[in-house]
Amino acid sequence: MFKWLHPYANPEVSYNFCGKLQPWLFRLSALFLTIGLVWALLYAPADYQQGDSFRIFYIHVPAAILAMGIYFAMAIAALSSLVWQLKLADASAAAMAPIGAVFTAIALITGAAWGKPMWGTWWIWDARLTSELILLFLYLGVIALHNAFEDKNLAGKAAGILSLVGVINLPIIHYSVEWWNTLHQGATVSKLGAPSMSAVMYWPFLMCLLGFSFLIAALVCLRFRTEVLARNSMRPWVRTLAANALELEQPMSCNSHGKHSQNQGAK
Amino acid sequence: MNKASENSIEKHDSEKNTLPITIESRNKLSYRGAFNLMVKRDLTIALRHKDDILNPLLFFIIVVTLFPLGIGPEASTLSRIAPGIIWVAALLSTLLSLDRLFKADHGDGSLEQMLLSPHPVFILVLAKIVAHWLITGLPLIIVAPLLAVLLHLNEQSYGALMLTLLLGTPVLSLLGAIGVALTVGIKKGGVLLSLLVLPLYIPVLIFATSAIDTAALGLPYGGQLAIIAALFFGSLTLAPFAVGAALKVSTN
Amino acid sequence: MQFNSFAEFLNMGGYAFYVWLSYGVSAALIVYLLFASVRRNKTVLEQIAIRQKREQRLRQAAELNMQEQGINEPQINDEMIEAAVKQSTQISK
Repeated sequence: MFKWLHPYANPEVSYNFCGKLQPWLFRLSALFLTIGLVWALLYAPADYQQGDSFRIFYIHVPAAILAMGIYFAMAIAALSSLVWQLKLADASAAAMAPIGAVFTAIALITGAAWGKPMWGTWWIWDARLTSELILLFLYLGVIALHNAFEDKNLAGKAAGILSLVGVINLPIIHYSVEWWNTLHQGATVSKLGAPSMSAVMYWPFLMCLLGFSFLIAALVCLRFRTEVLARNSMRPWVRTLAANALELEQPMSCNSHGKHSQNQGAK
Repeated sequence: MNKASENSIEKHDSEKNTLPITIESRNKLSYRGAFNLMVKRDLTIALRHKDDILNPLLFFIIVVTLFPLGIGPEASTLSRIAPGIIWVAALLSTLLSLDRLFKADHGDGSLEQMLLSPHPVFILVLAKIVAHWLITGLPLIIVAPLLAVLLHLNEQSYGALMLTLLLGTPVLSLLGAIGVALTVGIKKGGVLLSLLVLPLYIPVLIFATSAIDTAALGLPYGGQLAIIAALFFGSLTLAPFAVGAALKVSTN
Repeated sequence: MQFNSFAEFLNMGGYAFYVWLSYGVSAALIVYLLFASVRRNKTVLEQIAIRQKREQRLRQAAELNMQEQGINEPQINDEMIEAAVKQSTQISK
């Protein structure tokens, strides 16, 4: 049933596949983000309560949703790498962590910038913001663990275990924070984020969400390819690729390179 | 020749603090036997290095005494924030003591022996965590009421404080063990450990302090206790697997 | 179109600072991430290529060395060169 999937376990095949996918993903994200952001900034109506500050919503909410989503995707990749020993899943998990951290940071900063005019303060211990902050800590932990190991394969395994532990804890943390929040202060604040949306606001939001999703997919492709290269640096196909890349940059060194490829051919 | 002598030295070295699981006893030793032996071994080692027990405890006490000095001696303020202070100090002192859970064993190679032994890693890891809790968690619980007096904790809250610590500190040891297992092979693992582990401690902190606060109002706090108990049993069943996997990665 | 003039658009109904702050910071972070990802890809490729060149140089040097010592051509096999390369890269690390 999953036999069509098997060739993609080969690093070279999936590297090339992602290479083909990547420009299209970038184009799609540019398209959707242009439509979505122009719509959100120019044509979407201002909120009757929040005025034009509501336009922050169109990047804050997609970023927050996707930050969580990337963490789950990372955990799934980590699980498949631990269960089926897929080294490429490791590489993709390593590729996702920094992207997720950046989107979590975006969600936090835009949340603060939205909170200042709405709540009168930059930071409020709102349940969503707090769990987003903890999500950022979890991401930073995973990234720090990745950087702490010299051996990238070991780093991937260790970070995979941590992201699995984190993904089990994430809902617990989320609900405990939500519960803690409702206990300590009124829940009115957190309701602000989710008003029932009308279509004129929903469509630009959807466009932005799609645009950011494609952007993340493209970034994951890009970083995934880098990780694959770094993990397979001794393979012949990576070596020729690297040699070609260097040749493109420095046409002067063509001569020595020619010799080298002869050498490789002889080998 | 050289290799052979090295081997013999290694053997000699590891015999000193080897696991009490030898080849002869392999067939006889039940899971319970292995568990008990491991706990006993860790406790014996800890009792030989009493500093390891005392220092985190002293840290706990000193941190708690710093707060009144920083905030002011008003009884009302102190009793308001006492649960939070005691619990945060407990988190930090657990974090401080976590380091010794696997470090010495990793250093002298007995950790690898443990992983290679015929007994399930789950049992041995759990035994080590239980021993760690007996060494660090239990003294914390014994000292806590004393500190609660210093902080003017509401009198109705003492029961809740003890119960939450009793259920909560094992969770700290269990979750912390995952972090230690991941960082045991890294040279500068200490700071990294806190980054990995502290976010995972948040639910325990929230529910424990809330139980104590609720008790202070004279309301039933069974719900919070039940959630902490759920966290305890959840981590009891799942954490040793994660620790085992992490140890395999760390020792490679 | 919700705004009558460009100035009105920039003003964002009085929320200009907050709206443009969040859009600006988001754009900056994403551009930075994009830039860093592309740069990392390049440096990884470059490192692999540089390492390859060094290995090639070492290989040539090893061949020369062996020829000078009078070892016949057929005796130089890949394993020997590989070992020499490995040794030298270890030292240079």
